[in-house]
Amino acid sequence: MMDKIETPDLSHLNSTDYENVYEPAEDSFLMLDALESEIPFIKSLKPTICLEIGSGSGIVLTGLAKCLGSCCAYFSIDINPHAAQVTRKTACKNSVCLEVVNCDLVGPLLPQIQNKVDMLVFNPPYVPTDENEIDPLSPIALSWAGGFRGRTVMDRLFPLIPQIMSPSGVFYLLIVKENDEEDILNVMKSFSWRGSVIIERKAGREFLKVLKFERVKV
Amino acid sequence: MKLLTHNILTSKCLKGVTVGYPLGIVAKEVKVNEVDFNPEFISRMIQKVDWPALCKAAENLGHTDELPPTVVDDYENNEEFLKKAHHFLMEIEVMNGDLVCPETGRKFPVTDGIPNMLANEDEV
Repeated sequence: MMDKIETPDLSHLNSTDYENVYEPAEDSFLMLDALESEIPFIKSLKPTICLEIGSGSGIVLTGLAKCLGSCCAYFSIDINPHAAQVTRKTACKNSVCLEVVNCDLVGPLLPQIQNKVDMLVFNPPYVPTDENEIDPLSPIALSWAGGFRGRTVMDRLFPLIPQIMSPSGVFYLLIVKENDEEDILNVMKSFSWRGSVIIERKAGREFLKVLKFERVKV
Repeated sequence: MKLLTHNILTSKCLKGVTVGYPLGIVAKEVKVNEVDFNPEFISRMIQKVDWPALCKAAENLGHTDELPPTVVDDYENNEEFLKKAHHFLMEIEVMNGDLVCPETGRKFPVTDGIPNMLANEDEV
Protein backbone atom coordinates (compact mmCIF):
# COMPACT_ATOMS: atom_id res chain seq x y z
CA MET A 1 0.00 0.00 0.00
CA MET A 2 1.32 3.40 -1.00
CA ASP A 3 2.11 6.07 1.58
CA LYS A 4 1.12 8.87 -0.77
CA ILE A 5 -2.26 10.56 -0.78
CA GLU A 6 -3.38 11.14 -4.35
CA THR A 7 -5.51 14.22 -4.84
CA PRO A 8 -9.01 12.90 -5.54
CA ASP A 9 -10.73 13.47 -8.85
CA LEU A 10 -13.18 16.36 -8.46
CA SER A 11 -14.14 16.65 -12.12
CA HIS A 12 -17.74 15.77 -11.26
CA LEU A 13 -18.05 19.15 -9.52
CA ASN A 14 -18.65 22.45 -11.27
CA SER A 15 -19.12 26.13 -10.45
CA THR A 16 -22.77 25.55 -9.50
CA ASP A 17 -21.70 23.06 -6.85
CA TYR A 18 -19.15 25.54 -5.54
CA GLU A 19 -21.87 28.12 -4.98
CA ASN A 20 -22.99 26.01 -2.06
CA VAL A 21 -19.97 23.93 -1.15
CA TYR A 22 -16.47 25.04 -0.19
CA GLU A 23 -14.19 24.74 -3.19
CA PRO A 24 -10.89 23.09 -2.18
CA ALA A 25 -8.21 25.71 -1.66
CA GLU A 26 -4.78 26.01 -0.09
CA ASP A 27 -6.11 24.97 3.30
CA SER A 28 -7.61 21.76 1.91
CA PHE A 29 -4.35 20.88 0.16
CA LEU A 30 -2.31 21.68 3.25
CA MET A 31 -4.44 19.27 5.25
CA LEU A 32 -3.90 16.59 2.57
CA ASP A 33 -0.15 17.22 2.73
CA ALA A 34 -0.22 17.08 6.53
CA LEU A 35 -2.03 13.76 6.54
CA GLU A 36 0.26 12.38 3.86
CA SER A 37 3.27 13.12 6.05
CA GLU A 38 1.50 11.27 8.87
CA ILE A 39 0.57 8.13 6.94
CA PRO A 40 3.23 5.88 8.49
CA PHE A 41 2.15 7.03 11.95
CA ILE A 42 -1.55 6.64 11.12
CA LYS A 43 -0.96 3.14 9.76
CA SER A 44 0.87 2.16 12.95
CA LEU A 45 -2.18 3.35 14.90
CA LYS A 46 -4.47 0.96 12.97
CA PRO A 47 -7.48 3.26 13.19
CA THR A 48 -10.91 1.61 13.08
CA ILE A 49 -12.97 4.80 12.98
CA CYS A 50 -11.84 7.92 11.15
CA LEU A 51 -14.08 10.97 11.33
CA GLU A 52 -13.87 14.20 9.37
CA ILE A 53 -15.92 17.14 10.60
CA GLY A 54 -16.81 19.59 7.86
CA SER A 55 -15.89 17.46 4.88
CA GLY A 56 -17.12 20.04 2.33
CA SER A 57 -16.33 18.66 -1.11
CA GLY A 58 -15.09 15.46 0.51
CA ILE A 59 -11.58 15.93 -0.87
CA VAL A 60 -9.68 15.24 2.35
CA LEU A 61 -11.59 12.22 3.64
CA THR A 62 -11.74 10.71 0.16
CA GLY A 63 -7.99 11.14 -0.29
CA LEU A 64 -7.36 9.56 3.09
CA ALA A 65 -9.76 6.67 2.51
CA LYS A 66 -8.24 5.94 -0.89
CA CYS A 67 -4.80 5.75 0.69
CA LEU A 68 -5.59 3.75 3.83
CA GLY A 69 -8.19 1.47 2.28
CA SER A 70 -10.74 -0.85 3.79
CA CYS A 71 -8.95 -1.36 7.10
CA CYS A 72 -10.86 1.59 8.56
CA ALA A 73 -14.40 3.01 8.58
CA TYR A 74 -14.68 6.59 7.36
CA PHE A 75 -17.36 8.98 8.56
CA SER A 76 -18.00 12.49 7.38
CA ILE A 77 -20.06 15.14 9.09
CA ASP A 78 -21.25 18.32 7.50
CA ILE A 79 -23.85 20.85 8.64
CA ASN A 80 -24.40 21.84 5.00
CA PRO A 81 -26.72 19.37 3.22
CA HIS A 82 -25.20 20.29 -0.16
CA ALA A 83 -21.74 19.45 1.15
CA ALA A 84 -23.03 16.19 2.57
CA GLN A 85 -24.35 15.14 -0.85
CA VAL A 86 -21.22 16.33 -2.63
CA THR A 87 -18.95 14.43 -0.23
CA ARG A 88 -20.86 11.28 -1.08
CA LYS A 89 -20.52 11.95 -4.82
CA THR A 90 -16.79 12.58 -4.47
CA ALA A 91 -16.36 9.31 -2.61
CA CYS A 92 -18.30 7.44 -5.32
CA LYS A 93 -16.35 9.11 -8.10
CA ASN A 94 -13.12 7.97 -6.49
CA SER A 95 -14.35 4.44 -5.70
CA VAL A 96 -14.13 4.96 -1.99
CA CYS A 97 -16.55 3.90 0.75
CA LEU A 98 -17.41 6.51 3.30
CA GLU A 99 -20.48 7.38 5.32
CA VAL A 100 -21.95 10.87 5.56
CA VAL A 101 -24.14 12.42 8.25
CA ASN A 102 -25.74 15.85 7.87
CA CYS A 103 -25.54 17.36 11.34
CA ASP A 104 -23.97 20.03 13.53
CA LEU A 105 -20.68 18.80 15.01
CA VAL A 106 -20.98 15.52 16.92
CA GLY A 107 -24.25 16.09 18.81
CA PRO A 108 -26.18 13.16 17.33
CA LEU A 109 -23.18 10.86 17.69
CA LEU A 110 -23.01 11.20 21.46
CA PRO A 111 -22.88 9.23 23.62
CA GLN A 112 -22.57 6.30 21.20
CA ILE A 113 -19.28 7.54 19.75
CA GLN A 114 -17.74 7.94 23.21
CA ASN A 115 -14.05 6.97 23.16
CA LYS A 116 -14.40 5.33 19.76
CA VAL A 117 -12.90 7.82 17.31
CA ASP A 118 -9.33 6.84 16.45
CA MET A 119 -8.65 9.65 14.03
CA LEU A 120 -10.36 13.02 13.75
CA VAL A 121 -9.76 15.58 11.01
CA PHE A 122 -11.14 19.11 11.17
CA ASN A 123 -10.59 21.98 8.78
CA PRO A 124 -12.92 24.37 10.56
CA PRO A 125 -14.58 27.63 9.55
CA TYR A 126 -11.54 29.65 10.67
CA VAL A 127 -11.97 33.10 9.17
CA PRO A 128 -12.53 35.77 11.82
CA THR A 129 -15.87 37.46 11.09
CA ASP A 130 -18.27 39.84 12.77
CA GLU A 131 -21.52 38.37 13.97
CA ASN A 132 -23.58 40.50 11.55
CA GLU A 133 -21.14 40.26 8.69
CA ILE A 134 -22.43 37.06 7.18
CA ASP A 135 -25.81 35.81 6.06
CA PRO A 136 -26.50 33.17 8.71
CA LEU A 137 -28.57 31.12 6.31
CA SER A 138 -25.96 30.94 3.59
CA PRO A 139 -24.58 27.38 3.49
CA ILE A 140 -21.31 28.49 1.94
CA ALA A 141 -20.70 31.02 4.74
CA LEU A 142 -20.98 28.22 7.28
CA SER A 143 -17.87 26.72 5.77
CA TRP A 144 -15.56 29.65 6.45
CA ALA A 145 -17.14 32.14 8.88
CA GLY A 146 -15.59 31.61 12.28
CA GLY A 147 -16.88 34.55 14.32
CA PHE A 148 -14.65 36.25 16.88
CA ARG A 149 -11.00 35.27 16.30
CA GLY A 150 -12.35 32.65 13.91
CA ARG A 151 -12.84 30.39 16.92
CA THR A 152 -16.62 30.07 17.34
CA VAL A 153 -17.01 26.62 15.84
CA MET A 154 -13.75 24.96 16.87
CA ASP A 155 -14.16 26.16 20.47
CA ARG A 156 -17.37 24.13 20.64
CA LEU A 157 -15.53 20.99 19.64
CA PHE A 158 -12.47 21.19 21.91
CA PRO A 159 -14.25 20.20 25.16
CA LEU A 160 -15.71 17.15 23.39
CA ILE A 161 -12.36 15.82 22.22
CA PRO A 162 -11.55 13.85 25.42
CA GLN A 163 -15.04 12.31 25.21
CA ILE A 164 -15.09 11.16 21.63
CA MET A 165 -11.50 10.10 21.07
CA SER A 166 -10.21 6.61 21.76
CA PRO A 167 -7.29 6.20 24.21
CA SER A 168 -4.63 6.49 21.49
CA GLY A 169 -6.73 8.62 19.15
CA VAL A 170 -5.22 11.49 17.15
CA PHE A 171 -6.82 14.81 16.20
CA TYR A 172 -5.69 16.96 13.25
CA LEU A 173 -6.82 20.58 13.19
CA LEU A 174 -6.17 23.28 10.61
CA ILE A 175 -5.89 26.86 11.85
CA VAL A 176 -4.71 30.29 10.78
CA LYS A 177 -2.57 32.75 12.72
CA GLU A 178 -5.59 34.81 13.80
CA ASN A 179 -7.05 31.81 15.68
CA ASP A 180 -4.32 32.21 18.34
CA GLU A 181 -2.37 28.95 18.26
CA GLU A 182 -0.96 29.37 21.75
CA ASP A 183 -4.39 29.79 23.25
CA ILE A 184 -5.66 26.72 21.42
CA LEU A 185 -2.72 24.66 22.69
CA ASN A 186 -3.47 25.86 26.22
CA VAL A 187 -7.15 25.05 25.94
CA MET A 188 -6.38 21.53 24.75
CA LYS A 189 -3.70 21.17 27.42
CA SER A 190 -6.35 21.90 30.04
CA PHE A 191 -8.16 18.82 28.73
CA SER A 192 -4.89 16.86 28.91
CA TRP A 193 -4.33 16.88 25.16
CA ARG A 194 -0.89 17.79 23.84
CA GLY A 195 -0.55 19.53 20.50
CA SER A 196 2.17 20.41 18.03
CA VAL A 197 2.48 21.99 14.61
CA ILE A 198 3.18 19.42 11.92
CA ILE A 199 3.06 21.62 8.85
CA GLU A 200 2.64 25.28 8.00
CA ARG A 201 2.32 27.35 4.88
CA LYS A 202 1.72 30.92 3.85
CA ALA A 203 -1.01 31.11 1.23
CA GLY A 204 -1.80 34.64 0.08
CA ARG A 205 -2.65 36.60 3.21
CA GLU A 206 -3.31 33.48 5.27
CA PHE A 207 -0.71 31.83 7.46
CA LEU A 208 -2.00 28.26 7.72
CA LYS A 209 -0.96 25.53 10.14
CA VAL A 210 -2.02 21.98 10.86
CA LEU A 211 -1.87 20.96 14.50
CA LYS A 212 -1.72 17.39 15.72
CA PHE A 213 -3.19 16.53 19.10
CA GLU A 214 -2.80 13.41 21.21
CA ARG A 215 -3.89 12.51 24.70
CA VAL A 216 -1.26 13.20 27.32
CA LYS A 217 -0.23 9.77 28.57
CA VAL A 218 -0.24 9.52 32.35
CA MET B 1 -26.79 5.14 5.46
CA LYS B 2 -25.27 1.85 6.41
CA LEU B 3 -26.27 0.12 9.61
CA LEU B 4 -22.74 0.86 10.79
CA THR B 5 -23.71 4.52 10.80
CA HIS B 6 -27.16 3.95 12.27
CA ASN B 7 -25.34 2.25 15.15
CA ILE B 8 -23.76 5.52 16.28
CA LEU B 9 -26.71 7.89 15.84
CA THR B 10 -28.94 9.02 18.70
CA SER B 11 -31.63 11.63 19.33
CA LYS B 12 -30.32 12.33 22.83
CA CYS B 13 -29.53 15.96 21.97
CA LEU B 14 -33.26 16.66 21.63
CA LYS B 15 -35.10 18.23 24.57
CA GLY B 16 -36.95 15.71 26.68
CA VAL B 17 -35.05 12.71 25.37
CA THR B 18 -33.33 10.54 27.96
CA VAL B 19 -31.62 7.89 25.85
CA GLY B 20 -32.77 8.32 22.25
CA TYR B 21 -31.18 5.05 21.16
CA PRO B 22 -31.44 3.03 19.07
CA LEU B 23 -33.33 5.05 16.49
CA GLY B 24 -36.10 3.19 14.71
CA ILE B 25 -35.75 2.79 10.96
CA VAL B 26 -38.64 3.19 8.53
CA ALA B 27 -37.05 2.45 5.19
CA LYS B 28 -38.56 3.40 1.87
CA GLU B 29 -35.59 2.33 -0.23
CA VAL B 30 -32.81 -0.05 0.72
CA LYS B 31 -29.80 -1.02 -1.38
CA VAL B 32 -27.62 -4.04 -0.89
CA ASN B 33 -24.07 -3.56 -2.12
CA GLU B 34 -21.14 -5.88 -2.34
CA VAL B 35 -18.34 -4.57 -0.16
CA ASP B 36 -14.90 -6.15 0.13
CA PHE B 37 -14.76 -8.35 3.19
CA ASN B 38 -11.89 -7.43 5.49
CA PRO B 39 -12.12 -9.86 8.44
CA GLU B 40 -9.43 -8.12 10.46
CA PHE B 41 -11.22 -4.77 10.17
CA ILE B 42 -14.61 -6.29 11.00
CA SER B 43 -13.12 -7.90 14.11
CA ARG B 44 -11.92 -4.52 15.29
CA MET B 45 -15.18 -2.84 14.32
CA ILE B 46 -17.29 -5.32 16.28
CA GLN B 47 -15.62 -4.08 19.46
CA LYS B 48 -17.05 -0.62 18.74
CA VAL B 49 -20.53 -1.76 17.71
CA ASP B 50 -23.60 -1.89 19.94
CA TRP B 51 -24.68 -5.39 18.93
CA PRO B 52 -28.28 -5.32 20.25
CA ALA B 53 -28.85 -2.06 18.36
CA LEU B 54 -27.53 -3.68 15.19
CA CYS B 55 -29.90 -6.61 15.64
CA LYS B 56 -32.83 -4.22 16.17
CA ALA B 57 -31.88 -2.30 13.03
CA ALA B 58 -31.72 -5.52 11.03
CA GLU B 59 -35.16 -6.41 12.38
CA ASN B 60 -36.54 -3.00 11.35
CA LEU B 61 -35.42 -3.84 7.83
CA GLY B 62 -37.17 -7.17 7.90
CA HIS B 63 -34.19 -9.38 8.71
CA THR B 64 -35.38 -11.06 11.90
CA ASP B 65 -33.23 -13.80 13.43
CA GLU B 66 -30.56 -13.50 10.76
CA LEU B 67 -28.00 -12.20 13.19
CA PRO B 68 -26.96 -14.05 16.35
CA PRO B 69 -28.46 -12.13 19.32
CA THR B 70 -25.06 -11.71 20.94
CA VAL B 71 -21.48 -11.52 19.75
CA VAL B 72 -20.17 -15.09 19.79
CA ASP B 73 -17.12 -16.16 21.77
CA ASP B 74 -13.89 -16.14 19.79
CA TYR B 75 -15.61 -14.14 17.03
CA GLU B 76 -12.23 -13.03 15.65
CA ASN B 77 -11.72 -16.53 14.33
CA ASN B 78 -15.30 -17.24 13.34
CA GLU B 79 -15.45 -16.41 9.64
CA GLU B 80 -19.16 -17.16 9.34
CA PHE B 81 -19.96 -14.75 12.15
CA LEU B 82 -17.63 -12.09 10.77
CA LYS B 83 -19.20 -12.42 7.33
CA LYS B 84 -22.69 -11.94 8.80
CA ALA B 85 -21.51 -8.92 10.76
CA HIS B 86 -19.86 -7.54 7.62
CA HIS B 87 -23.02 -8.01 5.58
CA PHE B 88 -25.25 -6.18 8.02
CA LEU B 89 -22.81 -3.44 8.99
CA MET B 90 -21.36 -2.67 5.59
CA GLU B 91 -23.51 -4.01 2.77
CA ILE B 92 -27.04 -2.92 3.63
CA GLU B 93 -27.75 0.71 2.93
CA VAL B 94 -30.90 2.70 3.69
CA MET B 95 -31.09 5.14 0.77
CA ASN B 96 -34.40 6.79 1.62
CA GLY B 97 -36.59 6.66 4.67
CA ASP B 98 -36.71 7.96 8.20
CA LEU B 99 -34.92 7.41 11.48
CA VAL B 100 -37.34 7.64 14.39
CA CYS B 101 -36.66 8.83 17.91
CA PRO B 102 -37.83 6.01 20.20
CA GLU B 103 -39.07 8.48 22.83
CA THR B 104 -40.64 11.35 20.92
CA GLY B 105 -41.37 9.82 17.53
CA ARG B 106 -39.52 12.69 15.86
CA LYS B 107 -38.44 11.67 12.36
CA PHE B 108 -35.00 12.32 10.92
CA PRO B 109 -35.13 11.86 7.14
CA VAL B 110 -32.60 9.80 5.23
CA THR B 111 -32.18 11.12 1.68
CA ASP B 112 -29.90 9.59 -0.94
CA GLY B 113 -28.17 7.63 1.76
CA ILE B 114 -27.57 10.58 4.07
CA PRO B 115 -29.34 10.96 7.42
CA ASN B 116 -30.31 14.53 8.30
CA MET B 117 -29.83 14.84 12.05
CA LEU B 118 -30.12 18.63 12.15
CA ALA B 119 -32.45 19.76 14.91
CA ASN B 120 -34.37 23.04 15.08
CA GLU B 121 -33.35 25.62 17.66
CA ASP B 122 -36.46 24.97 19.72
CA GLU B 123 -35.79 21.24 19.86
CA VAL B 124 -32.47 21.25 21.67
